[in-house]
Parts: sequence; C-alpha cells; structure tokens
Amino acid sequence: MEMPVPSQSVLARKSRVVERLQGVLPMDAVIHDEMETRAYECDALTAYRCPPMAAVLPTTTKEVSDVLRICFEEGVPVVPRGSGTSLAGGALPTADCVILGVARMSDVIETNYPDRYIRVQTGRTNLSVTGAVEEDGFFYAPDPSSQLACAIAGNIAMNSGGAHCLKYGVTTNNLMGVTMVLMTGEIVKIGGAHLDAGNLDLLGLICGSEGQLGVVTEATLRILHKPEGARPVLVGFDDNEIAGACVSDIIKAGVLPVAIEFMDALCIKTCEEFAQAGYPDCQALLIIEVEGSEVEIDDQLARIVKIANRHNPVEVRESKSAEESAAIWLGRKSAFGAMGQISDYMCLDGTIPVSELPMVLRRIGELSDQFGLPVGNVFHAGDGNMHPLILFDANKPGDLELCEKMGAEILKLCVDAGGCLTGEHGVGIEKRDLMTYQYAPADLEAQLAVKDVFDPHWLLNAAKVFPLAVSNDRRAEQIAAE
Amino acid sequence: MMTPTSEQELSECVSQAKGPIAIKGGGTRGVGVDGDVLNTGDLTGIDLYEPGALTVVVKAGTALSEIETTLAGERQRLAFEPMDYRVLLGLSGEPTIGGIVAGNISGPRRIQVGAARDFTLGVRFVDGQGTIVQNGGRVMKNVTGYDLVKLMSGSWGTLGVLSEVSLKVLPMPEAEATLCVYGLEMNDAVGAMAAALGSPFDVSGAAHLPNDDTGVTMIRVEGFTDSVSYRTAQLREALAKFGGEISVIENSNDAWAAVRDVENFHGKDGDIWRISVKPSDGPAVVAAIDLLEAQFDWAGGLVWVRTEEGTDVRAKLSGISGHATLVRGKGQPRFQPETSGVAALSAGMRQRFDPRGILNAGLMTA
Repeated sequence: MEMPVPSQSVLARKSRVVERLQGVLPMDAVIHDEMETRAYECDALTAYRCPPMAAVLPTTTKEVSDVLRICFEEGVPVVPRGSGTSLAGGALPTADCVILGVARMSDVIETNYPDRYIRVQTGRTNLSVTGAVEEDGFFYAPDPSSQLACAIAGNIAMNSGGAHCLKYGVTTNNLMGVTMVLMTGEIVKIGGAHLDAGNLDLLGLICGSEGQLGVVTEATLRILHKPEGARPVLVGFDDNEIAGACVSDIIKAGVLPVAIEFMDALCIKTCEEFAQAGYPDCQALLIIEVEGSEVEIDDQLARIVKIANRHNPVEVRESKSAEESAAIWLGRKSAFGAMGQISDYMCLDGTIPVSELPMVLRRIGELSDQFGLPVGNVFHAGDGNMHPLILFDANKPGDLELCEKMGAEILKLCVDAGGCLTGEHGVGIEKRDLMTYQYAPADLEAQLAVKDVFDPHWLLNAAKVFPLAVSNDRRAEQIAAE
Repeated sequence: MMTPTSEQELSECVSQAKGPIAIKGGGTRGVGVDGDVLNTGDLTGIDLYEPGALTVVVKAGTALSEIETTLAGERQRLAFEPMDYRVLLGLSGEPTIGGIVAGNISGPRRIQVGAARDFTLGVRFVDGQGTIVQNGGRVMKNVTGYDLVKLMSGSWGTLGVLSEVSLKVLPMPEAEATLCVYGLEMNDAVGAMAAALGSPFDVSGAAHLPNDDTGVTMIRVEGFTDSVSYRTAQLREALAKFGGEISVIENSNDAWAAVRDVENFHGKDGDIWRISVKPSDGPAVVAAIDLLEAQFDWAGGLVWVRTEEGTDVRAKLSGISGHATLVRGKGQPRFQPETSGVAALSAGMRQRFDPRGILNAGLMTA
C-alpha cells in the first residue's frame, strides 16, 4: 500500500517539535524514542506498518488543543488514534506524523438517566460506556465486535456498527453531541443532550469522517434501558439462496429482530471444529435474536419459526434458556478467531441490498474458484453488511497481493449490486483507491470540499479515505500557496 | 417559475440562474425567501421499492401521500412520522419527500426511532453551481466516505437542491395503544415521561398537553397485539406513583397526529416557536418565556410555544442548551444562530456548496 513520501523538512525539525510538545504535556505523554514509537506503527490492519515520528497521549481537551496548535504551526501531519483496532488502517501512521492517542482520556463526565445520555471522554472503550451504566439497567447500543477494546473516538471516526444495529442503529444514530478540536487547535462544541441540529447538521458530517475533520475529545451518547430479555433461534438451510429468502421474508412479515447473523458452510464447519457449538452440518445458518419479556420473545420466535419452516430448514433450534442462547452464539462469536486458527485472512466489509444476497454469494464463490483462495462468509444479514473472509498464506510470496486483488473484485461486486465498499469498518487506507469506483469525480469533490473547510492544510489523517493522488495534490496546492 | 422535469434540467436551471433561487417542493413549510421559484413538482416517482430490504428510492418532488400509500400496501411506513405544517401555517399544497428530508422533518416517534436524517440512506442533489452530486446509497450500513446525507438533511435547500432520496422504511405495527395520564402538573408529567422512556417497554411517543386544568400526558407503545397489552399494563403500574387518573386508548393514531401537527395551536393568533432542549429542561423553557400556550413532545425535549407577535424567545434561553426556531411569525422561519467557531465551519460549507449564495439565500443565516 503506497503512502505519501515523508516530508524531509518535517523530519529535520523533529527535536524542535518534540520539545514544543513536551512544553505542553507531561514528560511521559510525549513518546519520541525510535524503539517506543514502534508501539504505534500499526492498527489492526497489521499488514501495513510505519512508526510515527512521535506519539502524544494527552489527558484533556486543552492538551489536545495545544498539541494540534503546535502541529499546525509546525506543519506536522497528525494521525488521531483511539484504541488502534481499525481493520482499515485508519490509524496507520506516516513516518513524518505525530500520533495523537486519546487512550488516557477515558473519564465519564456525566451520567443522566432521566434524559438518557452519558457524556464521556472519547478514549473510553465502547464496552466500558455500557459498563458505567449497566448496574442501573442501561446500555449503549452500538456494539462492534471489538467493543472490549475499541474506543468511542474510533467508533465516531468510523461510524461503527455492530450486530444489533438492525434495531438500534449505528454510531451516528446514537451520537448526540461532541467536543471537537480542529487542526488549528480551536475547540468547537456541536450538538449536546438535546435532539437534532438547530442549524446545519455538522454532527452527522463529523461522525464517520475518519479523523480527518478534527479530533473528538468528548461525546454525548444516547443510552437506553436494557430489554427484559433476549433469545435467539438457530436455523440451518441446505442452500444460501433459501437462507437469503428467509431473511427477506422475516423482515417483510413485520418482525424486527435485533440481529440476524448469517454463516456459510466454510464458517459453520470451521467454527464447529474450533468451538464445538453443536451446529448442524449444512450450507447456511441463520442466528436470529429477538428481545422483550419471556412472553414477547416466545411470540416473536414462534412467528420466525413459522416463516423459517416454509423454507424447508434442515434444523430449527429455538433457545429456551440462557445456556442454550450461549451455545447458539458460541460458534458465531468465535468465528473470526476460528478462521484465524486455520489461516491468515482478510476481512471485507461491503454492504449490499438484502435482495442481492444470493447473487452476490454465488459470484463470491466464483471469484474464490478463479483466484484459488477460499472464502468464508459470516455477516449481519438483516442489513446486508457482508464480511467475506478471504483465506491466504501471509508467508507465501504474492499471496497477500492476490488476496487484495480478489478483495477489490468482491468490493466492486458489492458496489455493482447497488451497495457500497464499507458498511462499518471505514475506508482508511484499505479501500482508499476503490473510492473512484463507487463515486464519480463530482461526488468525491464534494467530500474533498468538506475536508478543505475543516482542515485546509490537509494535515489531519490526510493519506486516508481518498485516493493518494488526490490528497497529495491537495497538500501540494497548499504548500505552493504558502 | 422553473419546473425541471429531470435531474439534468434541474442542473441547468441552477447553473444558468442569474440570481437567487427560491426552492419549492409542496410549498407547505412556510419557507419565504426571495428569488426565482424553482419548483421540484415535476421530479416525481418511486424508482425502487424493496419491502424485503426495507428501502424505497424516490424522486424528491414525489408527494408524501403517494409514498405513504405505496408503503401501506406492504404494511410499511416512514417511521419518523413527518409533521404536517399546513394547518398551523395556513398553507395548502402537497408535502413532498424532498421538503421533508431538506427540513429534517420528524414527529413524535423521533424520540424512539430517530429523525428524517436517521432514515435517509442516500441523496442525489444539485449544488449551487449546478453540479450533480450523489452521496450515500440504498443500503442501511454505509460508511464509505463522508456522510453528506446528514449534511443535506436539515440544510433546507441552502447547500443543494435534492433530486432523489433513498429512505429506510419500517413495518407498521400490528397494534398500538396510548396511556393517557390526566391532571399531572408540568414537572410531574416530565418525570412520568422520563420514567416511561427509561423503562424496557419500547415507548414510541411521550407528549404532554397542558390543556387548561385537565392536562393529559400521553405514552404510546406499538408492536404485536399481545406485546402491546403486556407493555401497556407494565407501564400503567410504573406510572401509578405519579398520581393522576390513567386510561388506555387503543386507536390513538388521530390523537398522535394532533400532537405531531400541534393541533392545540390551530386557529389561534401569535408567533409559534419550536424549541429543542434536553427533556428535563422543558419546564425551565416554559418558565423562562412569557408565553400564551405550550405543548411538550419528545418527553419534554420538544417544546412548542405560542407567544405574542414579535417575541424573540431565543434571548430568554441563553442559560439552557438547545435551539429554538421561529416556525410562524414575522421573518419565519428563523433559525438558531450558531456559536462563532461552528458558524465559521457552516459558512465554509455554504461557500463551497453554493459559492454564489443563490440557493434559498439567507434562509438559515438571517
């Protein structure tokens, strides 16, 4: 993956920049030793690594503002970092950048149950937001798989989703307000504990902007009371296409499960060997979860089972207890680990209209044969967010490149089917060069214009989201203008 | 008046405009700006409707009623419950989906499921130079590039003229019911609404109408029939501690349409303000303003206020965070001014999307 050529003039000023940063932060919050900066050389897209020039770990919005002002004055690129769990390379450094990590900013600032919100510093992990309110019966709904580790800052940057967003929406639907620091160091507050914007909806624009518009230091998040209970039903099918039709029929029938998860034969088999969850030996498996009181759950599951039975399932297993629910989820929740046991893999994230599921799965199978790399499919079927896992051998020369080429073909297929390149992981560096496949030049230009307004010098996480040629041109124009 | 019949013609209308353009959908939202009228009424039609994928793609000038009828045929609906301003503003015409998305128009169910902006999956629009831009798409999860869909929703046409929108739709519930609690004073009513929304019972509406001395607090639940009766019973128990007589109405759609459209203010004089605050600040808003009448939706967070003509309530709300919009009155609609840092960003957006400043000029910045 190509990254911008590091600026020699910035690198030459390293000691001066570090000194200025040390002037506004505690000594242990500025990391500049070449061994220590290695800790920040990559995120969860580990195929790509590059140690930054320095990393800083501020604890307050004021410190973030001081850091950004200094970097702005010095013309130093900044890459914001939450917990570093991005699968798209969203926090991948450049050699001339300062990593701005929010990991030390994890305080709960305010909890308000009557108005149902929590205000946190954004270094707080997703799960520990729920942790702060769950004793009182509340939770924070977006639940990305990495929720134990991932930070709210990264969730906002990528507009993260999760398994339960069919009912509860993604980050942008649960984010009410932010405190954000612009590249100049200016602090702005957008939104709050009230609903909707009084003027332009800049909050909606910031969410999902991949750390390119500003560094969000505090967030007001909507919290909800936990449902009385939840239970899944597992349904096995002999055919992917029939499983897809079943998903569509459930949705059409007016049942709105909180989650509909799909696994194909390769994933079922691998997970079964890994976790012994007792899954049936079949071509496709759905796990459908509903919420409510015991009676409400029984009623909804009965409706789902009735629909599933019309599609000749090979197995229908309705959970009757917490233990049975755990057993049904066991295989699905260990899917990524299980696949990792048997092979290196690349996890894709395209979304398609649910109606195109059978066609897309068939085409993925054909591409798998064509490239000679196996693909497992495990994903959120209710909303069409696919996660094809392409298996490859990282030690075999050329395999990563082949895998990336095949990944690009699958993502193009998602776009051709009426979907998009990424449903919840973000573009980062991974899908940067495919943006021109989904967007016409004018569509991209409108997005670039937004970046121009928030960060006219293109210093903030600039090598991401847009094709490199575009961001390089933008930066070059700036330098020429000065 | 310009009445383009295609997106291409729309683009030409804007690029060739010599002066300000007043964008008109159904003309039902009281947007009074100067300029050549650009009517989107001929950009109509449902391009795609997939009930099994919960999505519909429509041209911006399509009448809301046409969309609602089509969705109802599959027992689905626009869950954000867009408000109808017509009677309140004394206007006629057909509300269009473009106007609804451009104004981020929602209703009582916003408190549970979100606003128009949360249900808009994709947009096509023509910016102030006449350039056709597409953003988002027709899938429910999409983080590919910046979310200009949210930026366009609620920008009231000032950044671009919508030509097409994709929306997420939801199933209609099998049943609905509303608990009416009578006689609660304002603070108790807000407390009762907070208790209802802070329960696990999926409340889809919480409003308080302080009618004379017999105010009514309304709590709505929707879903499958047995579930609705179960949750109604649970909520009835939970709300008993607030006092007040409780009754349950089972066909409450008309009652909620009245809340949505602020029927209590219909046919009455004065200015009308729409104020969004955190729900527990609702009573403080009412206390701060010299008003004739008020109504609470969104559990207290949406305060509708009727005042004497010429009252600017925004100055009175300086200690309360949120925003106020003048919906009816001299110079309407008038929006909340932004803080200086945010205003600079918004000005930057306007400069980039409409450099000539011709689209609904001055509407949001006056």
